[in-house]
Amino acid sequence: MQTFFQTLTTGLSDGSIYGSLALALVLIYKATEVINFAQGEMAMFTTYIAWALMGHGSTFEWWAFFATLGIAFVGGAALQQTVIRPLERASVLTAVMATIALLVILNGLAAWIWSPQLQFFPSPFPTSSWVIGGVHISKQDAGTFGVVMACVLILWLFFRFTKLGLAMRAGALNPGAARLMGVRASWLLALGWGFAAALGAVSGMMVAPTVFLTPNMMQAVLIYAFAAAILGGLESPVGAIAGGLSLGVLLNMLGEYVHPVTTELRLPVALGILLVVLLVKPAGLFGRVVVRRV
Amino acid sequence: MKRLGNPIAFGVLVLAVIAAPFIFSNYRTYQLAFVGLYLVALLGLDILTGFTGQISLGHGAFMGIGAYTTTILVVDHGVRDIWTIPLGGVVAGIIGLAFGIPATRFAGPYLALATFAIPLAFIGILKRYPDFTGGNVGKNLPQLHSQLGWHTNPSIWFYVVCWVVALVMLPLAFVIVRGRFGRAMRSVRDSEIAAAANGVSTAGVKTLAFGISAFFCGVAGSLYAIGITYVNPDTFPIDLSILLLVGIVLGGAGSLYGMLFGALFVEFIRISWGPALLNLFSRVHHIDTHAPGSGLVVYGVVLLLVLYAAPAGAAGLARGLAGRPAFLRRKEDPSLSDPGLV
Repeated sequence: MQTFFQTLTTGLSDGSIYGSLALALVLIYKATEVINFAQGEMAMFTTYIAWALMGHGSTFEWWAFFATLGIAFVGGAALQQTVIRPLERASVLTAVMATIALLVILNGLAAWIWSPQLQFFPSPFPTSSWVIGGVHISKQDAGTFGVVMACVLILWLFFRFTKLGLAMRAGALNPGAARLMGVRASWLLALGWGFAAALGAVSGMMVAPTVFLTPNMMQAVLIYAFAAAILGGLESPVGAIAGGLSLGVLLNMLGEYVHPVTTELRLPVALGILLVVLLVKPAGLFGRVVVRRV
Repeated sequence: MKRLGNPIAFGVLVLAVIAAPFIFSNYRTYQLAFVGLYLVALLGLDILTGFTGQISLGHGAFMGIGAYTTTILVVDHGVRDIWTIPLGGVVAGIIGLAFGIPATRFAGPYLALATFAIPLAFIGILKRYPDFTGGNVGKNLPQLHSQLGWHTNPSIWFYVVCWVVALVMLPLAFVIVRGRFGRAMRSVRDSEIAAAANGVSTAGVKTLAFGISAFFCGVAGSLYAIGITYVNPDTFPIDLSILLLVGIVLGGAGSLYGMLFGALFVEFIRISWGPALLNLFSRVHHIDTHAPGSGLVVYGVVLLLVLYAAPAGAAGLARGLAGRPAFLRRKEDPSLSDPGLV
């Protein structure tokens, strides 16, 4: 029973990271129908910035954490305005290719600036754990979960209760009508990219202490995030978080209790889950079935 | 005959291929052999992306499947390497079909999402079953040597093998693209809903196109393993899959001859063009041209520039130069010209 609860908490902590990156993907997808393949590399790049701000990762600094969120926000918005916006009228295929180009460039730049070597990234939380009824709950897992959920909550409050948030939701739902109502859709898209980049930065900084910092650090996480987003329904923010959490728990449980599933098979299993969801329930757990027309 | 492609263009290509080993050094010939195998891979991916409109970010892994099929057959079962080339394609094609059945049933971005996971999942599986695949160490193939009673330099032997295969696969690609199935693929690319309304099984077409493209990549991967004489999990990284996609866009998605340029790019960007471009910049600014990651930055930037400036790729530019001035031209029929990369 103890193993079960420990696996559960680790799963929730992993899952919150997948969920936050999935939410970043969903934010951009909902607004533009473009999957941002560079989402993971944007997160990786901003994590390197945090690492540099923290004196090459000697100790974790909260000011650096928040400064990184700011840099990520501005950087994400700037990328949208400079790289993606000129392709606004191009096909979705072209826009997706542009995000793939961004992926390649950011990955190369990180290796170029900071070398491809493994770097240590400090964790804001102590390595000790609480013992509740014989169950060890690591403070790192609990802290990660808490930080990610706090960010998601703030984002939700913003979208739900501010006028800007309402405008952004309107822009995503019906760009044409929103424009007629005086919403500046293009700037809102930049804002959406900013939020997505900041959210990605959170997931990057939370995952880096356990996987170590390398330019390829987020590739696997991005795939888990894809699986989480599809599991939750690609258009549902709640679904992204729920999908992330359930995927995190599921993968950890499989790793713990099903013997042939070793760490090497984590990714193939996630890919399998993704394919099964596409086959059985393509709209995801929280998505709607969309009727398409010409 | 028309379905096999333009016979004059094909003839010119054959002559160029025959002439090249007499002109270039053995080392260059060895590199040009890789151009041939990349051409096969790009033709396959073009059938999927250029003609059917489906992005795949995982076809490097299908090259990997072809390469491992060849390696395991040669090393563990003593089969002659060149006979394994079609088998590499068939194994990759079958796995591609199986993967395509769930992944291609739905419109939109799902296929690209799912394929992005293939290279990493492939590496995971290789490491999980080391008894079969050789694990982290991989496997070594025998040295490259000329066979079938012909004594020549191994580079030239490999060049001949690669280009014989490439020159068989090119007309094959034309047959696939020009026929009834090719029309179905283009209709799926241009409007999935309209295609479905006209009785095209969109899921079936996409799945089959995925399988065909995996077959081409498997053949290319099999050649690749023979050429570099080893395979391990690092041989087919995710970068390779992305590079193949870049090759398609640069060559001009939806053009088969354009893939020649794409293949040249894929082979030479890493070894000579990338550093040369960087050298150009380093005169203005001090840049270490051998820095890790610099090559990636170069081809990412090249990809972006192509997307902005020449979305139809090299093939589009060539057509523009060869054709009448733009203001004289009729608006082209979109179903025959380039796909959605505009």
